[in-house]
Amino acid sequence: MIWNDDFETLPREAIEALQLKRLQQTVERVYATVPFYKKAFGKLGIKPADIKSLDDLRKLPFTLKQDMRDNYPYGLFAVPLEQIVRIHASSGTTGKPTVVGYSRRDIDTWTELMARSFVAAGTHKGDIIHNAYGYGLFTGGLGAHYGAERVGASVIPMSGGNTKKQLMIMQDFGSTVLTCTPSYSLYLAEVAAEEGIDIRKLKLKVGILGAEPWSEKMRQEIEDKLNIKAIDIYGLSEILGPGVGIECIEAQNGLHIWEDHFIPEIIDPETGEVLPDGERGELVITTITKEGIPLIRYRTRDITRLIKEPCICGRTHARIERLSGRSDDMLIIRGVNVFPSQIESVLFNIEGVEPHYQLIVEREGTLDTLEVQVEVNEQTFSDEIKILQGLSNKIRKDIKDLLGVTCKVRLVEPKSITRSEGKAKRVIDNRQKNS
Amino acid sequence: MKVEQISIFIENKSGRLAEVCGILGQAGVNIRALSLADTSDFGILRLIVKDSEKALKVLREHNFTVSKTEVIGVEVPDSPGGLSTILQILDRNNVNVEYMYAFVERSGDNAVIIFRFDDVDEAITALSKNGVNILKSEMITSI
Repeated sequence: MIWNDDFETLPREAIEALQLKRLQQTVERVYATVPFYKKAFGKLGIKPADIKSLDDLRKLPFTLKQDMRDNYPYGLFAVPLEQIVRIHASSGTTGKPTVVGYSRRDIDTWTELMARSFVAAGTHKGDIIHNAYGYGLFTGGLGAHYGAERVGASVIPMSGGNTKKQLMIMQDFGSTVLTCTPSYSLYLAEVAAEEGIDIRKLKLKVGILGAEPWSEKMRQEIEDKLNIKAIDIYGLSEILGPGVGIECIEAQNGLHIWEDHFIPEIIDPETGEVLPDGERGELVITTITKEGIPLIRYRTRDITRLIKEPCICGRTHARIERLSGRSDDMLIIRGVNVFPSQIESVLFNIEGVEPHYQLIVEREGTLDTLEVQVEVNEQTFSDEIKILQGLSNKIRKDIKDLLGVTCKVRLVEPKSITRSEGKAKRVIDNRQKNS
Repeated sequence: MKVEQISIFIENKSGRLAEVCGILGQAGVNIRALSLADTSDFGILRLIVKDSEKALKVLREHNFTVSKTEVIGVEVPDSPGGLSTILQILDRNNVNVEYMYAFVERSGDNAVIIFRFDDVDEAITALSKNGVNILKSEMITSI
């Protein structure tokens, strides 16, 4: 099933013609209305009129997450605030989030793309969508919500947490589609088992799962344990929120990127050069219809490759392979973005603590765990246990307050964290290995 | 009256305690009294040694985190109720004991207990007033 036949099956040439037209309009608009872009274009000696073909896209400057922080909160908005009808934000590195604003048309586009995504994932009118993505500043909850309504399905706005109640509602309301992070779907299965509920026998048939990276092995586990099709959905708030791309249920092989609204490129993260078709590198996305906060060549830091071959589902939009990593050090822990530098800033703000730390990420059962190891020095050391425990409690609380992530703090001896080539290895992520 | 105690941060890893003792042994530092406080992740080893400065130096050279704390050594009658009497004096005078541990050797007929107080001076005053014998640092390290 296809939601929007006209656009989703456009021939390649028509997609590209549309992309060029929309790209040119976007470039003109940001040049005229966003000082940041006018300056960035100027530095490279580029005028909007220089964009004559899609190939010219590579002449344009990149936009980094840092640029969004530098222009916090509204500096990159391309329309006056009166035209913004919704504001979302994602977690930031030093306490300041990344802010995105949506015009009425942006919300409509988002809803349309989420509707396409739901249908691509095998959802339709009559389905009961159990939406366990968080509602709030995070784009997941509301993004999925409106898309599901557009399709005509019945949405249960569960949001996250309260797992036992989620299971009760799932049973009693007859939920057929589950939207949440992949790790939460496994957690639901685990709690169901503890409660003596056979989750495999419920009416669930599809899970639309995203907001964190997950392996094929994990997909297998989810499909087995919940007896559903597990569909990977891609999105990031900077670009839109959920619904930038989705796997079709027919192929479950690569995520279609809605190319009438976004232009994906794959670059070498080191050199910034565009890589030949099919090669693996960093995904860069240009939004070509957004009004609130259009972004030119936004560096997602996600590593993937583009697949332009036709898909058996009939959609003509290019696919990205499932994400295989990141080109920066961002960690996603239980759906929350965590940069080691954020942890560092917390430590830096605690009297006497030196930023000698290491983050150990594991997957215990179905949930990610974060252990923060901090070296004890003579300033923080005490001969009293309660003072040292107070120190680890403070670190834990400050991290929780800033990042919303619960971690375990372990105090370690000085110099016990390996320093290699003068640069400490900050992160040990054992999840891929085990999942 | 005050005695210098050294404290060492030790991770809960096998062999760490042996390592600390080995380092001190090689440096010729004799341990006079010790106590180990531990949690699931780490422990604090507290020592009274004859030459604190030397102990601190060699331990720092081996990258251990160390600190100095003032404690006092109190003579406690080696008979039932001996320690209780001392603790009652402290309680009456509102002095908090952070921790305490027993000395290995005796001082004459008495046992020796090492105390760490939140307020050392107040503790010394309270104990002295009540006739409790507080050992001098040299006496402790030469027992």
